[in-house]
Amino acid sequence: MKQVTASGQTVNDAVQSALQQLNTTEDQVHIDIIDEGKKGMFGLFGAKRAIVKVTIKEDPIDQAKIYLKQIAHSFSNDVDVDVKRDGQNIRFDLSGEKIAMIIGKRGQTLNAIQHLVQVMLNRHTNEHFRIIIDAEGYRERRQATLEQLAQRLADKAIKIKKHVALEPMPSYERKIIHSILQDNHEVETYSDGKEPNRHVVIKPLL
Amino acid sequence: MKALITTIVEPLVDHPEDIKVVEKEEPNKMVYHLTVNPEDVGKVIGKNGRIAKSIRTVVYAAGTNTKKRIYLDIM
Repeated sequence: MKQVTASGQTVNDAVQSALQQLNTTEDQVHIDIIDEGKKGMFGLFGAKRAIVKVTIKEDPIDQAKIYLKQIAHSFSNDVDVDVKRDGQNIRFDLSGEKIAMIIGKRGQTLNAIQHLVQVMLNRHTNEHFRIIIDAEGYRERRQATLEQLAQRLADKAIKIKKHVALEPMPSYERKIIHSILQDNHEVETYSDGKEPNRHVVIKPLL
Repeated sequence: MKALITTIVEPLVDHPEDIKVVEKEEPNKMVYHLTVNPEDVGKVIGKNGRIAKSIRTVVYAAGTNTKKRIYLDIM
């Protein structure tokens, strides 16, 4: 945590001086007044300088954004990060060149980065944030792919009258599969195996 | 590459000053040996090695444009 203790003729002077040292603005910091100071007689006798302690408030989401940016920049310098917050859900959108590298095969790199940012963010706060990192609309495209895959494998399970296991997926991708096949009354779905090899299994009902 | 490994690990541990990454060149691959403070070992490995796996996935992906294969050794 960055903080400085500064003094000045008045509390305000001291705060300003501290802000200058920290190179920040008043809304970014937490101010503790240690001594209000005294004007003294004619500003000469018994004057006491005001002392304040100024601490930079660290916004965990900003920290996470910086962290994400640093990781993304090791792939390509031309990556922008856009943050949207909705309560406990935070969405980071990556855009720029070479984004395919960051997504990786079936999103595995993107998922790994998302996991690291999630761990990092929740380590520094008492709140529990849920984050999604998206890159150039990848998650939506993936959803469409998963929908097709789910329908196709459900048909297969019905046809061969056997359980069909999908490849391991992270929880939110499994959730997509479960919810798509919920309306299909000819099959049932469940998850099997332990993380990180947990996968959906489609079971025909007849 | 060393910088990336340090960047990734730094916010995950309690003692960032004890992070060490040693680079070793071998005939077919570059080996990076990561060590952290004994108290922080669990934090870079994670439950069932999930965090370690994520770190490796990111590092290997970032290393695809280097000449040699990369291998990350934790502890």
